[in-house]
Amino acid sequence: MAASDPHAPAVDLAVAMVTAPSTASDWLIVLPVVVPLVTGAILVMVRHATHLHRPLTALGLALLFGIDLMLLGRVVAEGPLTMMMGAWKPPFGIAFTVDLLGATFATTAAFVALVATATAGPAINTAERRYGFYPFLMLLMTGVTGAFLTGDIFNLYVWFEVLLISSFGLLVLGSEKAQIDGTVKYGLLNLVATTFFLIGVGLLYGTLGTLNMADIAAKARAAGPEAPLVTIAGLFIFAFAMKAAAFPLNFWLPASYHTPTATVSALFAGLLTKVGVYALLKVTVLLLGNQTGAYTDLLVVMAAATMIVGALGAIAGSDLRRILGWLVISGIGSMLIGVAVGSPGALTGSIFYAVQSMLVMTALYLAAGVVEARAGTGDVRRLGGFYAAAPLFSGVVLVLLFAVAGLPPFSGFWPKAILVESSLAVDRPGLAAAVLVSGFLQTLAVGRIWLYVFWRGGPEGTPDGAIDLSGVRVIENPADRVALVGPVIVLTAAVVLIGLVPTAIGGLAEGAASGLLDPAGFTARVLGAPAP
Amino acid sequence: MEPALAVLVGLFFATAFYLILSKKLIRILLGVAIMGNAVNLLIFTAGRLTREVPPIIALDAYTPPAGAANALPQALILTAIVISFSFFAFLLVLAFRAYQDLGTDDTDAMRVAEPVADAGPPQGY
Repeated sequence: MAASDPHAPAVDLAVAMVTAPSTASDWLIVLPVVVPLVTGAILVMVRHATHLHRPLTALGLALLFGIDLMLLGRVVAEGPLTMMMGAWKPPFGIAFTVDLLGATFATTAAFVALVATATAGPAINTAERRYGFYPFLMLLMTGVTGAFLTGDIFNLYVWFEVLLISSFGLLVLGSEKAQIDGTVKYGLLNLVATTFFLIGVGLLYGTLGTLNMADIAAKARAAGPEAPLVTIAGLFIFAFAMKAAAFPLNFWLPASYHTPTATVSALFAGLLTKVGVYALLKVTVLLLGNQTGAYTDLLVVMAAATMIVGALGAIAGSDLRRILGWLVISGIGSMLIGVAVGSPGALTGSIFYAVQSMLVMTALYLAAGVVEARAGTGDVRRLGGFYAAAPLFSGVVLVLLFAVAGLPPFSGFWPKAILVESSLAVDRPGLAAAVLVSGFLQTLAVGRIWLYVFWRGGPEGTPDGAIDLSGVRVIENPADRVALVGPVIVLTAAVVLIGLVPTAIGGLAEGAASGLLDPAGFTARVLGAPAP
Repeated sequence: MEPALAVLVGLFFATAFYLILSKKLIRILLGVAIMGNAVNLLIFTAGRLTREVPPIIALDAYTPPAGAANALPQALILTAIVISFSFFAFLLVLAFRAYQDLGTDDTDAMRVAEPVADAGPPQGY
């Protein structure tokens, strides 16, 4: 083609482009985004054949989980991997860069989504399927996975918007009054947060002249004091803290997360706030790690306040899913410790906590969905008698509640122990105390849930010792029962496994933390040679 | 040119925040629309302003001529315009639906998801 063209440019494309063809193993890096995107598109095409939605979604998510596992295996073996879109050489073109942090989060997210929705037959009613629950779900997974795997900061903004618009769709699905109310607040506040993120990206590009994360990490450390990077880091912290629902930017979460279907709540609680935490870790520690020292004290106060306020909100709540919303916020506080302190130990604890929190919070929201399906209400004053009606299920929920509160030997205990230890190691005893006090308050909150909903014989006013099961419906169809309770049990099994064998996830978290603290190594992996 | 545009961006942001701080949904949405444009102008300004040198690379050269316009901020803005426009459209429909279903556009009165008359947590067992 080029030879026959008389105007062929006398330039060597190899200067700016990768000329070697991509190998099949390179495609592994983008497949986690391609698979849910294609599945979502197919689901939109077959939107009238609602009976196909669930099998197709289960297939897509199983594929996604398998690919994520393979990718995780490769990242563990080889370190960060990069693929350039359009074959431009870095830092030009959009990079997909998978490090251990992103791969771990993406794999956990795919597992949670697969377990939560593969069996979500009876939990999703026909109207919700017809209005596109499953396509929205797959596009949400596209956005979440893309955010975890991208290596370009503007591309991260685009994935944030992809997952945001899908989450709007899921949140408002069903159009109950409470859902519309919740979506107005969720939508506006999250849009303001992503806009602040975009302001930060624009200013960062104006200052450093690059959007590639590895290039930013190198240039931010080489920049002189006249570059306004501390201000830009502040904008990023504001935006991502709002996404992660950190106090005092958390008020959209308890206003909206309890309004949609339980499956949607469960996915949001498991995945969305963690994307905020991920972005916070990536941008403030890896990219601008040398610029965020000015915010350390602020972040420490924010982390402590988020933990305590979340736990207090959980104690003061009376609606089951709203209580869980406050527990999500309390957990976000623990994940902020790593961002605030920035030591390898604290980062390990934060990442570990985030991974196990994805499993635990999703399982708890699904369990709340089971309770609401059987009792028809989420008001703890009108709930009761579940231990008499379903002792095994009650035991499973108790395990999950203990894991949230950080009681040994369940999964929440190990990261909290690491966080206390590393807070003391950097001479922040206040932060360590906040972890312990919030753990105590969380124990109170989850103890109240279990007492009211499960242990008590019936709704408020039931005499001591009496059993009143009139408000607890029995789910007749055994298939429906398995579909509702099955995901909770699978996720709880994972939680118990992490609690008993913490070294596997702990090792991944430790590797991810050391990757975050090694920007020079990250840059060298992505850009090829060390920066001149 | 940059100082003038910077002041304009500041004015846009000030207007947007003033409107977003309002209680009425429709004013908040107008604020969101203005904020989207403020960010677009900000990216445009931050991405270097030049006069009338198109970013076209000569046949035998590797780089565009000195002082050429930067095409990347324009690509970023194009993406941001599309996204902010679609979000604005969605939120506008949502606000109208909220007005229909909840009977108000005052965010203080929107307490369906978080009822004011909540009796509080149970006090005993």
